[in-house]
Amino acid sequence: MLRLEKRPQPSRLWTWLTPVLAVLITMLAGGALFATLGKDPLEAIATIFWRPLFGEFAFYYRPQLLLKGAPLVLIAIGLSLGFRAGIWNIGAEGQYIVGALAGAGVGLAFYPAESWMIFPLMVLAGAVGGWAWAMIPAVLKLRFGTNEILVSLMLVYVAEQLLAAMALGLMKNPDGHGFPGSRNLRQYESAHNGELISGTGMHWGVVAAFIAVIFAHILLNRHILGYHIRLTGQAPRAARFAGVRPARLVLFCLGTSGALAGLAGLFEVAGPAGQVSIDFNVGYGFTAIIVAFLGRLHPVGILLAGLLMALTYIGGEIAQSNLGLPAAAIQIFQGMLLFFLLAVDLLTNYRIRISSREVA
Amino acid sequence: MMLFGSIDPALLLASLMVASTPILLAALGELVVERAGVLNLGVEGMMITGAICGFAMAVNSGSPALGFVAAAAGGAGLALLFALLTQFALANQVASGLALTLFGLGLSALLGQGYVGLKPPATIRLNIPLLSDIPFLGRVLFSHDLMVYLGLVLVALVWAVLKYSRAGLILRAVGENHEAAHALGYKVVRIRVLAILFGGACAGLGGAYISLIRVPQWTEGMTAGAGWIALALVVFASWKAGRVLLGAWLFGGVTVLQLNLQAAGLAIPVEYLSMSPYLITILVLVIMARDKSRAPGSLGRVFYATQ
Repeated sequence: MLRLEKRPQPSRLWTWLTPVLAVLITMLAGGALFATLGKDPLEAIATIFWRPLFGEFAFYYRPQLLLKGAPLVLIAIGLSLGFRAGIWNIGAEGQYIVGALAGAGVGLAFYPAESWMIFPLMVLAGAVGGWAWAMIPAVLKLRFGTNEILVSLMLVYVAEQLLAAMALGLMKNPDGHGFPGSRNLRQYESAHNGELISGTGMHWGVVAAFIAVIFAHILLNRHILGYHIRLTGQAPRAARFAGVRPARLVLFCLGTSGALAGLAGLFEVAGPAGQVSIDFNVGYGFTAIIVAFLGRLHPVGILLAGLLMALTYIGGEIAQSNLGLPAAAIQIFQGMLLFFLLAVDLLTNYRIRISSREVA
Repeated sequence: MMLFGSIDPALLLASLMVASTPILLAALGELVVERAGVLNLGVEGMMITGAICGFAMAVNSGSPALGFVAAAAGGAGLALLFALLTQFALANQVASGLALTLFGLGLSALLGQGYVGLKPPATIRLNIPLLSDIPFLGRVLFSHDLMVYLGLVLVALVWAVLKYSRAGLILRAVGENHEAAHALGYKVVRIRVLAILFGGACAGLGGAYISLIRVPQWTEGMTAGAGWIALALVVFASWKAGRVLLGAWLFGGVTVLQLNLQAAGLAIPVEYLSMSPYLITILVLVIMARDKSRAPGSLGRVFYATQ
């Protein structure tokens, strides 16, 4: 008879082993899934995890890793702050969209003027846009006590409609012969978030992601606010006695995650995506939730998890074109990863003991 | 008022009944789950899985009834994963629910690959003899498909069972205070697993109602947030079955009205009208957030039995 025994403290060893274990189990289960789809499981797993890094065309795929990883890391870093304190912003996708709209809007408003000031202004607008969108659930939570999970999520659907309205209306390219979508920012020098070093995939969003990782690390380990966030998550009652003001935490955590998601949106729309179109967003805001958990809500962990998740995106695309693996299979693969992580997390908090009947 | 003149009120109310059924079914299931003290945020994932399971089964067997059975099974199957995670692996319920939704969206997209563009077999509309001939009311109330009535019966059933039966009392006890219920000898985990499965089956039925009757066809992500609205509905209803029905009608009404306004060619762009159900959900959450006293006491908390 198996019995669970709660550990006095979460195991440090298992805290870092469980993500690795979860990835391995996901590879096994994913392999089984691919096999049922009639694909060679080993070939599929190798295509997803090995080809992009060390395969024949790795020189092309490696920069992609940074391009796809940066928004995931940027968003997940913000989310992790709130998740640690029990503040659940799951509407990052909406903040990402609104940040992109605000930033691109500023850029498009200046068209065709050229100035070095335009891009910084767009970055600022992107952050403010995402921040403002996240302030809606924050303020409603503080003022009326609404649930931030539901409000932030509803706002994703509102943001998607807003995006469609903008791409088909206000921001539509006047020279676009009636096609939906805005002017291409890649052809607008002052607004383009291009590669900083050619051929590396390095753009301002990647820089921002690295800065966010460093700042989050300092915040959580060296700053009183980070201490309050951790305290609130681990012992809410103790936090209250220690003088933590929950309202400030809600504003800070939701605001920061919104601003970072907005930034990620702006860097994407001004760089890799290039234009405001109905479907420029590909769900990074939701995948970032998986990244945050997989990275154990820890800045360095998130960096690694973000790169891994970017790998599954890139490898998934290769598997799609080379093996005919359906796009949805990768989505399932990513979902499974979170499932298995949550399941094996049991080992972090509990010991599994084999108990005999009479010792009850 | 010119605009509203072109909308037939009987037809509007009749389609309100249809539009409210999916979220009604899903919200009733979630209500039972939450009354047992479990917060399952995976409703959207279970709904979309039910939608495709039901659709595929109905197309392959030619029977919508079998489709609904498959949808309930599919929803419950996904819910079982949630039960394993939260009740046996003691995982965080918020994270597990999100995982369920992400996984369900992917799974349904994969399962639904061959079904895009197909038409499901039509579900028969019951034209209840005599009653359906009553001028206005006949069209509004008495000429729907069976699932609409099942939804209404389920409201009464959930209400009565929770309020008057012994099983309902035990379920509520588990939800209010799982330690006390455990001390009294009730099987907390077993009761919760059953509640979660029931919730999954209901969400599956709700999803299949969208793909088989409401739309009726299969497209990826077609539930479009209905599962989340159902979650909001449970809060709106203060965890009471009767008020879930009222809420479902309200949201059904808003949905139908905005669709009609879109069709009527109002000067407002379609996108802004499409936002309205979500905005109204937020508005309702704000209004209803004042009384939080009725949330089950153990809602969302992990139960770990010390022997």
